[in-house]
Amino acid sequence: MARVGTGVRVVGAVLAAVLGASLAGCSSTGGKRAEDRAKAAAAGRPAVSTPRWTFAMVTHAGDGDTFWDIVQKGAKEAAAKDNINFVYSHDDQAQQQALLVQNAIDQKADGIIVSLAKPEALKDVVAKAVKAGIPVVTVNSGSAQSAEYGALTHIGQDEQVAGEAVGAELTRRGRTKAVCVLHEQGNVGHEQRCAGAKKTFGGTMENLYVEGTNMPSVQAAVQAKLQADPSVDAVLTLGAPFAATAVKAKEAAGSKAEVDTFDLNAAVARDLKSGVLGFAVDQQPYLQGYQAVDLLWLYRYNADVLGGGRPVLTGPQIVTAAEAAALEEYIKRGTR
Amino acid sequence: MTAPAPAPAPAPAPGAPADERLAPVPLLRRLLGRPELGAVVGAAAVFLFFSLAADSFLRASSLSTVLYSASTLGIMAVPVALLMIGGEFDLSAGVMVTTSALVSSMFSYQMTANVWVGVLVSLLVTLALGFFNGYMLTRTKLPSFIITLGTFLMLTGLNLGFTKLITGTVSTKSIADMEGFPSAQALFASQWTLGPVTLKVTVLWWAALVALATWILLRTRAGNWIFAVGGGADAARAVGVPVVRTRIGLYMGVALCAWISGQHILFSYDVVQSGEGVGNEFLYIIAAVIGGCLMTGGYGSAIGAAVGALIFGMTSNGIVYAQWNPDWFKFFLGAMLLLAALLNAWVRKRAEAK
Repeated sequence: MARVGTGVRVVGAVLAAVLGASLAGCSSTGGKRAEDRAKAAAAGRPAVSTPRWTFAMVTHAGDGDTFWDIVQKGAKEAAAKDNINFVYSHDDQAQQQALLVQNAIDQKADGIIVSLAKPEALKDVVAKAVKAGIPVVTVNSGSAQSAEYGALTHIGQDEQVAGEAVGAELTRRGRTKAVCVLHEQGNVGHEQRCAGAKKTFGGTMENLYVEGTNMPSVQAAVQAKLQADPSVDAVLTLGAPFAATAVKAKEAAGSKAEVDTFDLNAAVARDLKSGVLGFAVDQQPYLQGYQAVDLLWLYRYNADVLGGGRPVLTGPQIVTAAEAAALEEYIKRGTR
Repeated sequence: MTAPAPAPAPAPAPGAPADERLAPVPLLRRLLGRPELGAVVGAAAVFLFFSLAADSFLRASSLSTVLYSASTLGIMAVPVALLMIGGEFDLSAGVMVTTSALVSSMFSYQMTANVWVGVLVSLLVTLALGFFNGYMLTRTKLPSFIITLGTFLMLTGLNLGFTKLITGTVSTKSIADMEGFPSAQALFASQWTLGPVTLKVTVLWWAALVALATWILLRTRAGNWIFAVGGGADAARAVGVPVVRTRIGLYMGVALCAWISGQHILFSYDVVQSGEGVGNEFLYIIAAVIGGCLMTGGYGSAIGAAVGALIFGMTSNGIVYAQWNPDWFKFFLGAMLLLAALLNAWVRKRAEAK
């Protein structure tokens, strides 16, 4: 008994000390407080008086994915403005993603937003939603199948076009041998990016498959590749978190390759500014989420459809050191 | 020691010496002694919970989605439960499903053969993989955890490597316009719609497999062998149980069901992604364990595994219907499964104390 008492007292004392120290040692810059102020400035309240519809968004994201977190933020902020009950779910296995869309149909959602990274697996269930009279907007991947499956609009980046922009940029930078790092096996969009880059790139490009859910193994794989082939002078990653990993791998391998990446995050912006990274290709994920919700709202409110049956593109935007400085504030906020 | 299945007790012949092992057991006692009792209580609790927590859970259309979700898991949970009763694991079961679908699809496409040819070739390949697991296990005497972990990694690589080599991409090409596709689809991936209810054929497959596995366990010599091998392989061998044959058979059973699941995925979606299936092997094991299988072997039931799959289906879909934040999905799933397993163990203890 006595020993327990001492334990509790010790823990109490430690807690008190930590709290006291944190209160006494305030920072007047950055930190949570600055973040909260920025958030309060951008918080959305319903700006419309339409009924409270439920929109379900079902994506092929894995757990804890940076990119999809930004898409979700955009969707949530649009939902706040449009007075929408926004429900998000995701699964990286095609069969499970189809099941989640079925869940949304069962819940009689008023609109469904779905990413078609594995289009064939979702074909039937999207058709089912359309048949049940639920408007569907596809987002991020599946621009080729969107209209065919009966969706209103596709909002996203044409991966082939984005890849071609990257290939052209690499050629402009005088690169001769590139490696395209694919971190999500089975993702058709990623294959298209590398294929597009290969098409317009003047040099040679190889694909390297890595396990995106396991960062150390990504680093090891890229490092091994660079050690095995010193002539590689460009590494292209397909997601922002992988850029920093590729940089680490490059340094460890003692390679001179330039690292370029798809998508942005705070680390990428910082590395672009300091010249560690060559360039980034942004597809504005915030816009994809925001627009998807807004387009569904417009359709329900006014039967408006954007894009004239063609995909609405949110990218590619080539971001270099100069632009990165301007975007940094938004990236820190988690909306770019 | 071995835990033989409770066989129907024939009435002792008059005049024969009375043997308490042959005495008829009252029905209630027999029910309380079943491995799946706890799982049934757990399933009822989960059902009640989501009926209250999610208003769209009780709709007929939602329940048919739950049933379908449970059946896709349940088809694999049944042979995995049998394997665990036999005292072994199979970590390659998840990717084997994908392998089976890939082989079927690519063989038909590349050979421009009738789809059924691919389906049968896939059956042979998958059974061979199951045989390989069982054979390696019995020959090397290494733990099944290690053997099947090796198979799991090799298959993951083969799935991707072969698919990329043959098709040039990471997913297979469509075979929907080939001969035999409609009839194969009818067998593996058809559905009947009655108003809001959609009954998928996998539910029938699942029910048939549960019935078959239960019959094997409780009514056949092979079933006794499975319990005996899981209870204690050396003792079983000493009394003449063919241990090697039983183990290989169990692994081939898992392979057979992986083939059924794989064909279902192929004929539902027509195109197969090579990187999928990883991690599902644990879901099969979880379903079997919630259903009352012991991790140490020698105890469990196929019906229990089916109820375990049902609990998993209700939980994973129920969380979505309840519209809880998906960031916490895995946490809720894990907590629910742990609770179900705890309730299960508690009920079993009470039953045994009776």
